[in-house]
Formats: sequence, C-alpha cells, structure tokens
Amino acid sequence: MAENNKAPVDAAQRHDVGAAPAASVREPFYDIARWGTKPPEGEDLISTAYGDKVTRDLAFVENKPGVHKPDPILVADGVVRRFGGMTAVDVDHFEIERHGITALIGPNGAGKTTFFNLMTGFDVPNTGSWHFDGKDMQHVHPEQVARGGMVRTFQLTKVMSRLTVLDNMLLGAPDQPGEGMFRSLFPGMWRRKERENREKAEALLERFLLIKKKDDFAGSLSGGQRKLLEMARALMCDPKLVMLDEPMAGVNPALKQSLLDHIISLREDGTTVLFVEHDINMVRHIADWVTVMAEGRIVAEGQPKTVMDDPAVVDAYLGAHADVDLGGDSVLEGLEERS
Amino acid sequence: MTIVANILGELFAPTTAAYALAAIGLNIHFGMTGLMNMGQAGFMLLGAYGFAITQMHGANLFSSVLFALLLAAVYALLLGIPTLKLGPDYLAMVTLAAAEIVRIVGRSTSMTNITGGSAGIAPQDFTTRFEDLSPLPDGTSTFLIWTYNNNIANSWWLRIVAWVLVALCAFLCWRWFRSPWGRVLKGIREDENAIRSLGKSVTKYKMQALIVGGLFGALAGVVFVLPRSLNPDSLGRTVTFYTWTILLLGGAATIMGPILGSCVLWVLLTAVKETMRVTIPSTVISSNQIEALGWIIVGVALMLLVIFRPQGILGNKKELAFNG
Repeated sequence: MAENNKAPVDAAQRHDVGAAPAASVREPFYDIARWGTKPPEGEDLISTAYGDKVTRDLAFVENKPGVHKPDPILVADGVVRRFGGMTAVDVDHFEIERHGITALIGPNGAGKTTFFNLMTGFDVPNTGSWHFDGKDMQHVHPEQVARGGMVRTFQLTKVMSRLTVLDNMLLGAPDQPGEGMFRSLFPGMWRRKERENREKAEALLERFLLIKKKDDFAGSLSGGQRKLLEMARALMCDPKLVMLDEPMAGVNPALKQSLLDHIISLREDGTTVLFVEHDINMVRHIADWVTVMAEGRIVAEGQPKTVMDDPAVVDAYLGAHADVDLGGDSVLEGLEERS
Repeated sequence: MTIVANILGELFAPTTAAYALAAIGLNIHFGMTGLMNMGQAGFMLLGAYGFAITQMHGANLFSSVLFALLLAAVYALLLGIPTLKLGPDYLAMVTLAAAEIVRIVGRSTSMTNITGGSAGIAPQDFTTRFEDLSPLPDGTSTFLIWTYNNNIANSWWLRIVAWVLVALCAFLCWRWFRSPWGRVLKGIREDENAIRSLGKSVTKYKMQALIVGGLFGALAGVVFVLPRSLNPDSLGRTVTFYTWTILLLGGAATIMGPILGSCVLWVLLTAVKETMRVTIPSTVISSNQIEALGWIIVGVALMLLVIFRPQGILGNKKELAFNG
C-alpha cells in the first residue's frame, strides 16, 4: 500500500508548488493507474468532473428499455440483423450517454458482439439507422467509422503478431502522411509526425504497463497483455467513443484492477466508453449505466445498482421459472390442471 | 575454367536479375502484404509483350517501358477489383488463371499479327533500339574470367542495365519497408480487420501493393526477354513457381532475400548441371536427362532447406514462432 501511495503524493506536491496549470491538470489522470481504484485517504486529487456530470444527468433518467438520455453520443433506431431465420439483433431504440461508461451485458448469444459489429460497420443490418455524434452512420465503411472517432476492440483479441508492440501502437495513429505510397519514400515528410506518434505511443504504453515490452513482437505477449495492447492501440487516435468487447476476458485479477482504473480514467479524459462484460461485479463497480440484452433485444436499462433487480434481467439470465423447482409438486399440479 | 566461368557467370546473368526483380515484386505482394499472387509470370509476360510490341512498331524506349508498366498496372487493377475484398485464396486462383489466359491468348493463332503467336517475337524485332542506346564500343570484352559481347543479346550492356534496375527496385523496396506505408502493409498481412478497425482502408493498400509488385514484375519481364526471343511459353507457370522458390529460398519479407535467392538458385542449378555434364559420360546420361536431373537435385536441396531453415537464408526465425 505504501508504494501505491507514493506517486499521488508526489503529484500532490507538484500540484502545490504550482507547476504549469496544463500539466498539473493532466498529470493526475495519467497517474490514476498507479493508484488502485481510490485515491489515498484524505486526498481528492482525481478530477471526477465528467463522472459527476454523467451521474447527475442519468439520475433523472427512467429505468426502462429504449429510454431517451440527456446528451446521447450514439443513437440507434430499429436496427435489425437476421442470419437466415434467426434474428440476432432487434433493437428498437438505444442511446449512449456522452462521457459516460455504459455497460452492455446479457447472456451468451444475446447479440452483443453482433450489435458492436453493426454499429462499427463490420456487419450490415437488414434494416435500421444509427447516428454517431449527429452523423448518419448507415453504409459507412469500418475504416471511416474509426476515422470518425468510434473505435472498437475485438472479443478475440487482434494484435499484429509479427510486428513489435510499438509498431502495433503506431498503426493506431491517425493522419500519418507517411502512410501514402509516394510520400512514404521521402522520410522528411513524415519523420516529425512519426516522432510525435512515438512519444504518444510510449506514454500510453507506460500507462498500460507495457513499456518494457515495446520492442518485442506482439505475438509474444500473454492474452491479458494483448487485451491491454489492443485497448492502448485504440486510444492512439483519441477516439470520442471506444467500444470494448469483453476487455476483461482472460485477464488475471491483478491486471483487471488496473484495467478498471484505465477505463475510469478514460472517462475523465473525455472519452465515452461502451463495453461488453460478463463480470457483474465489475459492471457494478465502474458503469454509469447498464443496458441488458437478451435474444437480440434490449430488455432492461438502468442504474447499475438497481438494474439487476429488474425481473426481465433475472429472466434473461436464469429463465422465467428461475424460482420454481421443476421437479416439485407445483409443476405437476399445473400439468394436471391443464389436462 | 569455362565451367567455373559459366557457373559464376550466372551470379550476374540478365536472367538472374530478371528473376530477382520478379521476386522483389512478389515480396511486396506476399512478404509485405500477404497477397498470394500465383501468377507473377502473367505480369512478366504482359510487360514483355507491352515492351516488344511497341518496339516493333517503332516507339522509343522510354514510352515502350512506360507502356509495359501501364499494361501491368491495368492488369493488376482488373485482377484486384473483384478479388481483394475476398479471402487470400481467391486472389491466388484468379492470378494463376489470369496468367494462363495471358499466355494462351498471346500464343493463339488469331493473335499472330500482334504477338507473333506461339513462335513469339524474334529478338532483332525489338532489341535493336535498346542495343543502340549502349555507350559501350562494339565487339566483346573480357572482365576477369568472363567474356561477353558488349552490346548484342546476352551482353555486358544488358547486365549493367538489369542490375542497376535491381538495385533501384531494392532501394525502393527498402525505403517502403521501413516507412509507415510498409508498416500498414505488414499490419494487413497480420490482421486485416484490426487494421480496418484502426481507420485504414485496407482495400486501397492492397491494391497499391498489388500494382507496385506487378510493375516490378513487368520490368522483370522486359529484362527477361531482352537476351532472347519473346516466347509466350517461356513465361509460363513454371516461371511463377521459380519466382516463389527464389523468394522463399532467400527469405520472404527481407530486402536482400529475393536477390540472394535468385543468385543462389541459378548458380546452384548451373553448377549441378555443368558438373554432371563433365563428370558423367553422355552414354550413361544424355544431356536432356541432365537438364531434368539438375532440377531434381536442386529440388531436393530446396526441400531440405525448407525443412531445416523454413524462414529462408535471410529470414528471421523469431518471426516464424508466431503464425499469423
């Protein structure tokens, strides 16, 4: 614990001495990963401005599926995707609150990942429209979606195995002129941008505890480290909305804690987060809003503390007869009555 | 002495340079971008036709080369549009088939007026302007142990031009390899969807890679036919497979791999054949059989190489540890 405390105290001192204002505001957010989830007792260094605002705004929102929110960044209407006879996704209305951390939960096969694919252009819905930050996103290619500021990660982590960790990161940087075929032949045209990107990548790697690995092939990372790398890579372009598909799957508990902190610090950097997760405790811990999907539909929405009590959620996870003993007499009586 | 000169002469023969160029192109396709181009010979043949036919009709050298490159670029575009959005195996099938189409159309009797049909185009019809450009005096020159004609056919002049081209292409390739553009291509080789999710338009990059590699292939075709006649059957499927062999032998995704691979393969092949010709009397094995036997021995050697050094001569073993 003592070691944990050290960094923030340093930050506090710097704060008092009166470092450049920009740096002193910026620093604590980046230090958050070294803190554990809460600031040391008696200290209140982390800005919680965005978190407070979102909590305040969402407090008045009704807990029902498809509800309107005060300041949505993503709005989806009537999105339907069928695979043959199976309807994988059928969402009437869904909004994501800007600057909030929204969790998307639901049993396996509920259509969460398909919904991700639809929103990011990796899959095309049968019907439906959706707007991101006011822009119509129908028929937009995945690469354009990403350039628009909506970046996703994958449930099955995708890292470029035979590139170094740093190269993986640099691929996430937008607007590198050296990525043009002809301009790439003249290093003078892209070297400066490359240096800036490298600094940014190294800062992010440091934050995600991967800096020692930066010159190793990404293929040599463990599963949890790949998750971290993918998340860090998605942040290279300063997205407005990051969509994390099961960021915690396969990550060991110690690393999980720091990932959670990263996600919270993202919110304070002004990024909106949508994530899919199965770990309910984690959802309760960091989410501002929880949306529950089952069989392709959104069945419940609400505050993380209360949404689990919603009968629709219980049904979705455990079935409608969860509290009935199927071998008991009550079931038999029901059958007899009917016959 | 002549044997040694013959064998070592392969080290810098125009054909070796042509194969090195073709392999550099293939390296951009496969080594960098992961595109399975099974029809590099098609690009070469098209380049050769583009050069030879315009030369026959009196165009100047510069515009002939430009036309050869243009043909290859259009060909790459036509192949790429339907296949690049599909999986890699489709591109392999389409390029293999398209290369055969180019060859069969080129050798068909109905095309005799343009391409010379199966007989092809004789060297005197298209090489004179290239030979006239040479600053070297007429006659032959001897350098160390090698004696070649200065300007005509398999000449010193052609060797100089061919290897300057190889050096130029290798330099371009080196620049690209270490640039952000090359990094995106390598990213596509590793995982297309990940690159797409980072906001790069994958199809555009793949198309650029296909075209650039095809242009190198077209140049290779021009160099390939300059010391001999243009015969469509001499640029068939086997040429594609030799090019692949060279690339994998030298090491894919390396700069010098294709060049080294080409040198090693042709020197080795000539060495085996020449040694057999001298040591085994023709009553035991005829010269035709030696030709075939040479390939068999080299084939076995290559198999051993692939088994014991799968990354090629210059490849990085570490990269093989993580399969895709």
